Amino acid sequence: MPRVVELLLLLVILTSFIVLGTTRLSACIRAVAVQGLLLGLLPLALYPGGSLHIWGLAGGTVLLKGVILPRFLRWAIREAAVRREVEPRVGFALSLLVGVVAVAAAFAISRILPLPERERAMLVPVALATVIIGLFVLTTRSKAVLQVVGYLILENGVYLFGLTHVERVPFLVEVGVLLDVFVAVFIMGIVVFHINREFDSLDSTRLTELTD
Amino acid sequence: MKWSVVVSLAMLFVIAPLLPGIAAKTRARLTGRRGAPVLQPYRDLARLWRKGAVYSRDTSRVFRFAPIVLVATAAFAASLVPLDGQRAMLSFSGDFVAFAYLLALGRFLLVLAALDTGSSFEGMGASREVTVAAFAEPALFLAFVALVLATGNLSLGGALGGPLSQAWPGAVPALAMVTVSLFLVLLAEGSRVPVDDPATHLELTMIHEVMVLDHSGPDFAMILYGHALKLALFGSLLVGTLIPRAALTAPLAIAVLALGLVVVAVAVGIVESVMARLRLNRVPQFLTAASALAALGVILLLVG
Repeated sequence: MPRVVELLLLLVILTSFIVLGTTRLSACIRAVAVQGLLLGLLPLALYPGGSLHIWGLAGGTVLLKGVILPRFLRWAIREAAVRREVEPRVGFALSLLVGVVAVAAAFAISRILPLPERERAMLVPVALATVIIGLFVLTTRSKAVLQVVGYLILENGVYLFGLTHVERVPFLVEVGVLLDVFVAVFIMGIVVFHINREFDSLDSTRLTELTD
Repeated sequence: MKWSVVVSLAMLFVIAPLLPGIAAKTRARLTGRRGAPVLQPYRDLARLWRKGAVYSRDTSRVFRFAPIVLVATAAFAASLVPLDGQRAMLSFSGDFVAFAYLLALGRFLLVLAALDTGSSFEGMGASREVTVAAFAEPALFLAFVALVLATGNLSLGGALGGPLSQAWPGAVPALAMVTVSLFLVLLAEGSRVPVDDPATHLELTMIHEVMVLDHSGPDFAMILYGHALKLALFGSLLVGTLIPRAALTAPLAIAVLALGLVVVAVAVGIVESVMARLRLNRVPQFLTAASALAALGVILLLVG
């Protein structure tokens, strides 16, 4: 189903763009949730045969990235009672432009890369673009919750890259990675909560004021 | 020249004022009001045309030229669009650029006229209008680039005619993004919600409206008509991109265009009734998103 795969990958890019361009925190989290669902559907579309391994991967991803983590993040912003706006250090319009440049660069780079399989042409560039956008969100947003979102996007990019080799990667490794992400986001959420309690704000730049 | 080209052009000229009327009616109905009749813009135009024009002593000739240039450039730009789905009245390599800058010329004269009055409100409106235009232009050109890449044809008449229908099956995502981007550009260029509100009459919030405050009578009628024509032009670009009509017979193609324009007007009305106007500093962000979509389409076409 190459058509469906293409469409899903495109939607993945668009959800990353929504995170770059939207002003509302909750909309960002919703976009990441949708991205998680799309990532869960991808292995099914990529390998239509569908072994138990693929189904497990898809189910786990949908459950974790599409449902549990977004719900947890939403809980975090509700508990911490943060302001709903994003307040980026780089403006929204510029962020979107950076996103476009990232996608262009990703496509340009993946043309040079000596990739063995040509039939999944779009998977690698989209993975690269997602990683770059995730890194960008991680570094340019000062809200701690959005940095978690950036980390999730980054991880989604890595996951996409991993999809090129699903048959060769043992199931246990993938489950391990998913679990790692879960634990990481969980810890970040708790840290976010504590930053907020300590400083009455989620602005991570305030962390530089920390002393013994 | 085939008759269908002339007929389709005439159809566009006649139907143009209908579009704001339909959009306003849709908006009124969806917000629970009865609304003005759909044909109200025609009556407004007729009423304004019968009136005399008042000119301030401070204005120069530029002020009187502007409405004429606006209508003339819009009409000229209309002759570059393949309205019957097959060929445009005028077609040459690179007429995309002519299309964009003919409309820009009309807007430029309008801005000059606004500055000519020396009114500070109109100057503010002019500055806002130019800001919006500057952000809408990259999106429009990126959409054009995508169309050129998809069809390999450097003229508007060529690209929107036959080749596009063959390009669609191979590049659905890219062309869909271009279509969405064109719709966002249409909202901005047509001064509609979320960029501008045609219904507002408060100087501080208007963009396009405030610029033409000093025009009256036939001049104002021409401005209204020119603006409606511009909306119809972008609408026909949108319809032409979404539904390539080269395979249809000429009468059918013209009918589809007319129907498509009505649907676009209804869509504009729906957008206006479900969305609030964006804060002015959010408008560039909105249009950058349109550019980003079109750019993504271009990238996909370059790769695919």
